[in-house]
Amino acid sequence: MTEKQLLKGSVALAQGAIDAGCRYYFGYPITPQNDIPEYLSAALPAVGGVFIQAESELASINMVLGAAASGKMAMTSSSGPGISLMQEGLSYLAGSELPAVVVNITRSGPGLGGIAPTQGDYMQATRGGGHGDYRLIVLAPNSAQEMYDLAGEAFRLAFKYRNPAMILGDAILGQMKEPVMLREALSPPQNSPWALSGAKDRQPRLVKSLYLKDGEMTVHNLKLLDKYKALQEKEVKVEIDCPTRCDLIVVAFGSCSRIARTAVDRACLQGLKVGLVRPISLFPFPEKAVREEAQKAGRVLVVEMNTGQMLEDVKLACNGNSEVYFKSYPGGAVPTPEEIEKEIEVIVGKGGLRHVNSS
Amino acid sequence: MEYSVVMSGFGGQGVLMMGELLAHCGMKAGLNVTWMPSYGVEMRGGAANCTVVLSENQIGAPITGTPKAVIAMSEPALDKFGSRLPENGLLMINSSLVCKDNSTYGQNGIKTVFIPTRELAEESGNEKMANLAMLGAFLAQTGVLELERVKKEVRSFLPPHKSNLAEGIEKALLKGKEYIDSL
Repeated sequence: MTEKQLLKGSVALAQGAIDAGCRYYFGYPITPQNDIPEYLSAALPAVGGVFIQAESELASINMVLGAAASGKMAMTSSSGPGISLMQEGLSYLAGSELPAVVVNITRSGPGLGGIAPTQGDYMQATRGGGHGDYRLIVLAPNSAQEMYDLAGEAFRLAFKYRNPAMILGDAILGQMKEPVMLREALSPPQNSPWALSGAKDRQPRLVKSLYLKDGEMTVHNLKLLDKYKALQEKEVKVEIDCPTRCDLIVVAFGSCSRIARTAVDRACLQGLKVGLVRPISLFPFPEKAVREEAQKAGRVLVVEMNTGQMLEDVKLACNGNSEVYFKSYPGGAVPTPEEIEKEIEVIVGKGGLRHVNSS
Repeated sequence: MEYSVVMSGFGGQGVLMMGELLAHCGMKAGLNVTWMPSYGVEMRGGAANCTVVLSENQIGAPITGTPKAVIAMSEPALDKFGSRLPENGLLMINSSLVCKDNSTYGQNGIKTVFIPTRELAEESGNEKMANLAMLGAFLAQTGVLELERVKKEVRSFLPPHKSNLAEGIEKALLKGKEYIDSL
């Protein structure tokens, strides 16, 4: 495939999963992610894959767990309330060290909420809504191309680290169409050394998350911790675009970062010195990049379509060494570039004076 | 140079399709494009809109508070989006359906153009192509993309089972262009 195609983000993601080698999808409908199962219901059988509309989200995630335990590339997708129902399964996947990809095209909440774009599930995604001491790998695309690319990357990381990965999108990313360049399709994975494939002529293998013997669970938790540390060391993904001398950095992820991008560009055209830091991996969070850029600029503006969730990670990264401002767009409110630009002007305006005084 | 247009109307008037064709052709012309539709509850309410952005550079926001142009295929759409135009914006109104007094619009240097889309579509041979007559007029008015470029890509845009519509679409696009040329 050498030509770009105009694809909806949800379709790009679904095709990205197939091209990464995924052949198993289990899901239950919910707006605004129905384009994913709709597409896969036709596209997966066409490549010899399996598509099952399960009876519930609980069934979906446990079918994913079963397929993953047998070494297959499996995924599910849902939105807010459905992802909440899947949390037990996610915890079991993490505890059992099984690779799988779960897509959350979010809807606003709490409760049944609304279907407008939101980033209110950041905490649930990065902290784990399920029980126990675990982390998901969390990737946040901001274009149809990244919906496609990060679907494959999520599977790669999930299999490399034997850990469930989540793609966190929203209705803007799911519904928007953009040109997408498809890559060469990969074959499904073969014979993972841990997969339950039938023990004929070999020693049986065990996939489990129950550890009752004295000290056993601690050992398991520390083993998981090593994985999370390795992820933090090796797999951070972040886009940094900050001028050498910068008076403010804006931190935003996902669809919100696209709007912030335009606002920052316009502010720079006016002569303001503003940069943009966009976390692409939400776990592992790009703590170092945020800390360093924030320290250089002295001031950070976090913009999120929620009431302040990634804000906590930014504050932890800054550790009190930078001024952190926050602009909130909760419950389906989507900022315009003009609104964010105005916010930038207000903050840099304040500090502009400080620069004059100090020089 | 970045161009953003909001296309709006009733569900069923083909405003999403009109925007998608523009985005598709922009992509084929080597531009960066985004097509952002309204969805869900807005469709059930009978209104539809999409925002198309075309640019030689990377596109940030796929939405905008200040579009360069607004196409209003219905009166509610005109009421909702017409007021978002900044100074010197372009407002294109479907005069086959919208009966507002000309004088209300055209303030702040906003250029208002009335297009009798249904009549033009009828003349082209298919009254269902009103949206494409509007798109043809929009292309002629703005020069965002060459009409010839769009006509050339109609066939790559249509799914195979709808390829029989290509000729009618091309004719309607041309009618819209000719109308602008005649003004």
